Amino acid sequence: MEEMHGLKDIKRNEFFMSGHGACPGCGVAIAIKNVMRILGPDATVYVPASCAVVFSAQYPTSSFRTPYFFTAFENTGAVTTGIRAAYRRRGKKSLVVGIAGDGGTFDIGLQALSSALDRNEDIVYVCVDNEAFMNTGIQRSSSTPFGAWTTTSPVGSKVQGKRTFKKDLMKIVEAHDPPYAATLSIAHFNDFVRKVDKAKRMSGFRFLHILTPCVPGWKYESAMSMEIAKLAVETGMWTLFEYEEGESRTTYKPKQMLPVTEYLKLQGRFRHMGDDDIKTLQRWLCDKWYRNYGHEIEEPVCAIFKQEEMQLHHDKDDLHVF
Amino acid sequence: MVVKVISGDHAVAWGARLARVEVVPAFPITPQTLIVEQIAEFVNNGEMDADFIPVESEHSVMSVAVGASAGGVRTFTATASQGLALMHEMLYAAPQIRLPVVMANANRSLGAAAGIWLEHNDSMPERESGWLQCYVENNQEALDMTLQAFRLAEDHRVMLPVMICLDGFVLSHTVERVDIPDQAAVDGFLPKYVPVNVLDPDDPIVMNPICPPEYATEMRYQLDRAIDSAKIAIKEIDIDFSKRFGRSYGDLLDLYRMDGAEYAIVAIGTAATTSRLVVDRLRAEGKKAGLIRIRFMRPFPKGELIEAVSGLKALGVFDRSVSFNSYGPVFTEVRNALYGSVLPVTDHIAGLGGRDLTPEILSKVFQVVEDSMEKTPERDVYWHDLRGDM
Ligand SMILES: Cc1ncc(C[n+]2csc(CCOP(=O)(O)OP(=O)(O)O)c2C)c(N)n1
Ligand code: SF4
Repeated sequence: MEEMHGLKDIKRNEFFMSGHGACPGCGVAIAIKNVMRILGPDATVYVPASCAVVFSAQYPTSSFRTPYFFTAFENTGAVTTGIRAAYRRRGKKSLVVGIAGDGGTFDIGLQALSSALDRNEDIVYVCVDNEAFMNTGIQRSSSTPFGAWTTTSPVGSKVQGKRTFKKDLMKIVEAHDPPYAATLSIAHFNDFVRKVDKAKRMSGFRFLHILTPCVPGWKYESAMSMEIAKLAVETGMWTLFEYEEGESRTTYKPKQMLPVTEYLKLQGRFRHMGDDDIKTLQRWLCDKWYRNYGHEIEEPVCAIFKQEEMQLHHDKDDLHVF
Repeated sequence: MVVKVISGDHAVAWGARLARVEVVPAFPITPQTLIVEQIAEFVNNGEMDADFIPVESEHSVMSVAVGASAGGVRTFTATASQGLALMHEMLYAAPQIRLPVVMANANRSLGAAAGIWLEHNDSMPERESGWLQCYVENNQEALDMTLQAFRLAEDHRVMLPVMICLDGFVLSHTVERVDIPDQAAVDGFLPKYVPVNVLDPDDPIVMNPICPPEYATEMRYQLDRAIDSAKIAIKEIDIDFSKRFGRSYGDLLDLYRMDGAEYAIVAIGTAATTSRLVVDRLRAEGKKAGLIRIRFMRPFPKGELIEAVSGLKALGVFDRSVSFNSYGPVFTEVRNALYGSVLPVTDHIAGLGGRDLTPEILSKVFQVVEDSMEKTPERDVYWHDLRGDM
């Protein structure tokens, strides 16, 4: 089996066919189609309650051309464990793959995910992260970014949008020290192919976390999915890295940090955000940026905020500079 | 065959071992714990070739079970009470996907006014889930029914999950003499599982996609019919079992001294054992008392029950759980089955939350039933053994 390095190495779309019911431009559908192209015919797919379960298979039709299973929302880590055990006993060579949303992974499915990680189950767990519960109509999840509008973090006269930051799920996953974990973007395709292919070749628990823009949930024109996915990386809202053998490694570094407003302005879910909230988000992003990339690249945006930050936190004691 | 003195839980574990189950997801809860501990020991001692998978919750236990069964292997687990309740959502997956999972439930009360003791209010609500439900009376039956349950669950006319309910502590933790059949004899009775539909990359199928309204009613109807058709399989399996092992459990019903009986009570589980004693006493006094033990709450033995009560002048139903502000669930089922009959039927609730069920209490139950042959009973539901003025 040849290693895959990029777009030209992968097959036509054979395992997740068009004709499914996702919105045009759906990041989840783009991610699933490409994951399936790379994993190939030996995959068995479990999808919990999510947009994907609704758009991919409704009796008597299906877009999946591999074995496919669904039961509930919170149990991706567990059902895939069961399938894996059965295949092991039957001597079936197959990749057991769970494809769950952010809600089904960060929130209700976290317990089963942690337990499957703990047992180092031999499965590929894909989290398609559209930053809200989309299937039930855009409710906030612990993956929703700071400030974002959702139907359960609405823009009211008193409170505007979500008030807490996106949960760092990869930190939780890394804390279990799995053989492999990686973040992926649908807009960085060679990186995407390489990571999925790598996961495919390994054994034990492999976690792929993909940012998947959502047209109605993020409120943008459907042709803009790739652009938005790209800007997420360039602004630091999404970082591309992989975790292997106890170490994290950045797999793509933006040349310079773009102001977060470049990302926000294309999306209706952030349209209401005032200067203060944008600054709060940018400040949080800058901290993350330093943590992920260190100081070795030029980041004018962060520099500005870093200075402001210092003034803001100065408590008049010269020894205390935060 | 060897004879061992073992608890009901260990008898179930032996059943799982002899059934050659392949995957056992597990999570502990009293009074079920002895089952999964014993299986873990069997597996770790190399006496049982199964994947024992300790997971983080009962919800995940049933999720693993459903995944393994869909993956095509014989799957077993056990739970009780809060654990069964936490599984509730996942219980509904196996029947409609037609996955023959077998699970033991060591009955225990559920919820607040908390306790770890016997009550049937954990499993009774799950009659609606589509699982077949069998209530056993002693440790031998617990073992034997674990074997029969797999035959039943995997019967191609049935293909449904089966729940074996055993009374918490009264059976789960009490030791009795149990015949443990030879592996070879069990292998003859219970051949290797051949799934009907299975996840398999060499022959891909989509299992349990979203089901739109155009098809959903038919899916439910088929499940309803499959539960009904299990009645035939239950009979045949018990006959075959008795030929091979010399033990028979009757049928969906187990009748005791019903020949010429004028009045009788219906009981499930170990309440039947105490009732037998009372029936014997009453018979010795020349009274024509009898006992009907219901073995399966699903499929419910409607026709068999109508036939069994045909010569009676009064019937009582003993319930070890209650549907609040209504009746005990067994009573509701029995009276529904007898709808249109003029037979007086009364409900008798006792032994809740692990309270001892003594022959004296059951004697009072029989007394009310006996009286109701002559004069209309005061009420249709009696709570026995209440302390103080209620
Ligand atoms: C136990 C349970 N609670 C709630 C739901 C309703 N529900 C179905 S899908 C869904 C949201 C899924 O969100 P996510 O996992 O983020 O996937 P997405 O739809 O965004 O792709 C919810 C809340 C459910 N199916 N089961
Ligand atoms: S709502 Fe969003 S995630 Fe769901 S199908 Fe549409 S674009 Fe995809």
